[in-house]
Amino acid sequence: MTFLKSVLPVVLTLLVAAGPARAIDIDLSTFTLNNGMQVVVIPDRRAPVVTHMVWYKVGAADEPEGKAGIAHFLEHLMFKGTPRYPDGAFSRIIRANGGNENAFTSQDYTAYFQRVMKDRLGLVMELEADRMHNLVLTDENVLPERAVVQEERRERIENEPGGLLAEQLDAALFLTHPYGKPIIGWMSEVAELTREDALDFYARHYEPANAILIVAGDVTPEEVRMLAERHYGPLENRRAVAERRRAVEPTPNAERRVLMRDARASSPSWQRQYLAPAARHLPQREELAMSLLADILGGGNQSRLYQKLTVEKKIAAYAGAWFSADMLDYGTIGVYAAPNGGVALEEVEKGVDAVLAELVANGVTQEELDRSRNSLIAGATYLLDSQESLARVFGVALTTGQTIEDVMNWERDIAQVTLDDVNKAARTAFDARASVTGILQPEAAIQ
Amino acid sequence: MHVVRTVVLATGLIWAFAAAAQAFTIQEVKSPGGITAWLVEEKAVPLMAMNFSFRSGTAHDPEGKEGAAEFLTGMMDEGAGDMLSQEFQRKREELSFRMSFSADTDFFEGSFQTLTRNREESVDLLRLAITSPRFDAAPLERVRQQFVLGVKQKEQDPQSIAWRAWMQSVMPDDPYARPGEGTEASMGAMTADDLRAAHRRIFNRDTLQVAVVGDISAAELGPLLDQIFGDLPASAPRAELPPARITAGPKQQVIDRDMPQSVIVFGHEGILRDDPDFMPAFVMSEILGGGGLTSRLASEVREKRGLTYGVGFGLSPMERAGLYAGMLQTRNESAKEALAVIREVLAKMAAEGPTEAELAEAKTYLTGSYALRFSSNAAIARQLLGLQQQDLGIDYVDRRNALVEAVTLDQVKAQAKRLLHPDRFIVTIVGRPEGVE
Repeated sequence: MTFLKSVLPVVLTLLVAAGPARAIDIDLSTFTLNNGMQVVVIPDRRAPVVTHMVWYKVGAADEPEGKAGIAHFLEHLMFKGTPRYPDGAFSRIIRANGGNENAFTSQDYTAYFQRVMKDRLGLVMELEADRMHNLVLTDENVLPERAVVQEERRERIENEPGGLLAEQLDAALFLTHPYGKPIIGWMSEVAELTREDALDFYARHYEPANAILIVAGDVTPEEVRMLAERHYGPLENRRAVAERRRAVEPTPNAERRVLMRDARASSPSWQRQYLAPAARHLPQREELAMSLLADILGGGNQSRLYQKLTVEKKIAAYAGAWFSADMLDYGTIGVYAAPNGGVALEEVEKGVDAVLAELVANGVTQEELDRSRNSLIAGATYLLDSQESLARVFGVALTTGQTIEDVMNWERDIAQVTLDDVNKAARTAFDARASVTGILQPEAAIQ
Repeated sequence: MHVVRTVVLATGLIWAFAAAAQAFTIQEVKSPGGITAWLVEEKAVPLMAMNFSFRSGTAHDPEGKEGAAEFLTGMMDEGAGDMLSQEFQRKREELSFRMSFSADTDFFEGSFQTLTRNREESVDLLRLAITSPRFDAAPLERVRQQFVLGVKQKEQDPQSIAWRAWMQSVMPDDPYARPGEGTEASMGAMTADDLRAAHRRIFNRDTLQVAVVGDISAAELGPLLDQIFGDLPASAPRAELPPARITAGPKQQVIDRDMPQSVIVFGHEGILRDDPDFMPAFVMSEILGGGGLTSRLASEVREKRGLTYGVGFGLSPMERAGLYAGMLQTRNESAKEALAVIREVLAKMAAEGPTEAELAEAKTYLTGSYALRFSSNAAIARQLLGLQQQDLGIDYVDRRNALVEAVTLDQVKAQAKRLLHPDRFIVTIVGRPEGVE
């Protein structure tokens, strides 16, 4: 669930080869079953293990009005059982077969995955296909699970001042688009969710034509095709998949500031995010220019923000930036900093603003661009070591309106980004009117 | 009916693949200079992962210098030899290698990954970093600010508060109970000399253990080991600590915090890794409180009653003490009920042990999932270093599933009786639990 913010800036730096000396190709294949379910196969022969994932093109941003949290609640309920595999049998069978499993929900997708020995692939497909249409819910298994989700919300959000502030910032950034409500849902709405709400949402979105199967590991495309046709092939679409059309954000007209005071915060922190286009709305070269811009500005300790605020002026313990655009409708670009002890938050904010102003006015240097590009490309090679991360890259791309080609062409496209591209991105990315600034203050610091 | 059938069918298949699971070979490589490493060659990705550790951790921080080892982890890439911080980090970014250090109670660990094409240059910077780190004033002050901020955060974080207080209750006089990440005062006062002393205490060839996985051969690795580690001193001054003394419960403590949820840490003494009954004990603890939704605790506390998002309870063997500890978070109103359920589940397990079916399922899970721990270069390197730290032998990967299979129901029942003592629980609660004092 927190996958997006924490992992995406890295994941964005997808795939690809390690220079001309030794290129790696991912010998990826993709095909579609007769019922419209897309299949992606990523071979990795290093161990006799497979990662099996089913991604549904539905997330929290697709929830009906007043039902915030139903997408995530349904994800929990998907483990409850079917006539064929009742009472939590799914998890027991996976476990008895030496598998690990989990699921996650974002604004744009809901995904279920298992990691098993390769000879168990047919078994997990049978289980996953079964629960796509045959989920049985009763008040006896729904109500305790709703309490679990409420505890999850208390644990992740309400016990954590940073979590509370983050959802207030999203609510302030998005005026009408559903990205403004938290994935886990507001407590007031979660508390009222019912078995019927979950079943309605399930019936509307869990169809083969709305799902993507991704298998990574020690398998051939032929094996996957045979098994997928056997287990997922017979599923019929009970209704047409509705096009995802969410509210369009109006032109933003005012910068927003959100101040949160909480006795549980140990020290002040500062952040600001700006509305940005989603990846699918930008030519990939422009999107990658934004990625490079964010990296030059605040990715790691060679970046401008860290060098200026932390190394040179010594006013911030940390300072950095991110860009997150693997979303269906809107992305964000953001900056953050934590002041050193005894330094006023205002001074840090001024410091960040000065770095941004300089960046917009004078642009980045070719040397910065080359360094950043080199480091993003190297990061992509490290990504190849993890079969699960690789599978996630394709799942996220395909559920947020991007294509396999976007991912596969990543290296070619990042190589073409010019200084002008990055500087143009710098001039458009930081519009104060499209921003929300968040401040977290320990309560004691407020006079 | 289907459930049973599937499980049984699956069990028959496990063996065929348990053997195939070890698709890799672990070689022991001895360098010309006498440094030993475990190596798995894997050429599919042009990367090399190396994990290494020294037998000295936060528990060896001198009194008053709590956090010295932790502080050192943050200074290892802040300049070395003639290279100042900025130059070192610039070069590191250029070469795109990854290097990080961590300190736990008993070990100081390094993790290093490099692209094959930059290996030679990257490795040389690693050598420089571990043999002659600089502790220049400017980076030291910068890193200090970061650690102090982190310490203050931990001091407010309900989970950290609960764990730290619980460790204090369990082992009040032991270095294990001191804050490994330091305190605002100790981190605020740490000097370059303190860090030099920590570096001398930790880095040596004697307690060095190394695991390497990736695009490198044994012949290439030998000289590389000498290049990186050869200049370290043969041994290091290190105070031997006596076995830790663990307090007998029951004991319960509530730390008041204004939050909707209580954080509850519970447990008592456990066992060491070299306990002759470790494997049956581990299988029992997996059935009782292992990960996922199916353990007895998860099923009673989460699935049936909806009292928490997650509960875990497991063995935690350290070098000088074994603990058996768990945690959960639940709303303040249900803290009392959650604790009562946990006690009840443990008492039942202690009295009756698991069923034959539970044992069979735990075994198929543990044996079948073992291979999943080895599915990337980075993961294999972590696993192999862990096996060396626990002194389990280079053939352990091959033997391990048979050890699990050999566990009997009687053994597991005996371990449940021996290890579970809910009447002697040491409990720490952070929050405003209702009806609990």
